[in-house]
Amino acid sequence: MAEDNNRAAIVVMSGDMDKVFAAFIIATGCAAAGMETTLFFTFWGLNAIKTGEPIKAKGFLGKMMGIMNRGGINRLNPSRFSFGGIGRILFSKMMRDKNVASLEELRQTAIDLDVHLLACKMSMDVMEISRDDLIPEVEDIVGVATFVKEAANSKIQLFI
Amino acid sequence: MEIQVDMMQDSIGQLCPMPIAFMARNMKKLEGGQVLEIRADDEGAHADVPAWCEQTGNEFLGKEPADGYFRYYVRKKVG
Repeated sequence: MAEDNNRAAIVVMSGDMDKVFAAFIIATGCAAAGMETTLFFTFWGLNAIKTGEPIKAKGFLGKMMGIMNRGGINRLNPSRFSFGGIGRILFSKMMRDKNVASLEELRQTAIDLDVHLLACKMSMDVMEISRDDLIPEVEDIVGVATFVKEAANSKIQLFI
Repeated sequence: MEIQVDMMQDSIGQLCPMPIAFMARNMKKLEGGQVLEIRADDEGAHADVPAWCEQTGNEFLGKEPADGYFRYYVRKKVG
């Protein structure tokens, strides 16, 4: 179905709840329109594809990082009105009341529509995140060249 | 509107992007020429259903109001 360049390549740098929402909504829309869609998670964005279990880092700094930045799709805070975690609960409630899909449901919808999830090797190394800390649906752990190749073949390239 | 419908999708109560995500999934199950009816009350669907059709090459047959929602009709392209 997809023509050769009927693709979308989206970098998810942010781990903010609202921005990750945007990333998954756009990715879902692209995939629904028949585009071969790839999300590249890097740096804080990795939090959206972590299992949410404690991070299995070995080094001291990695362990500290894992405690302070454990991640998991249900632990993301909004970029504004975070109020030390209360904002997340308020936003989640407001969205649930309005019948908006939760981030987790949205991520599952994207996966069901064959959106490819890729993780950035370099930021995983820096933060001592291992493959086991990420959800099994993550297809591969890649570097910038993979993104460049994908982006060069895409009609839509976004950085969120 | 007299349209023969092959599949019905109930998206009442769903918000963006769910009606479109389900529509894409349901259209895959249909044969070329068959018609999907989508029932939705999300206002964004007015623009999104025709936009999706234009993007994917499927035919938007039209919409009609019902009791608190709209019915949208989409015919799957052949081939």
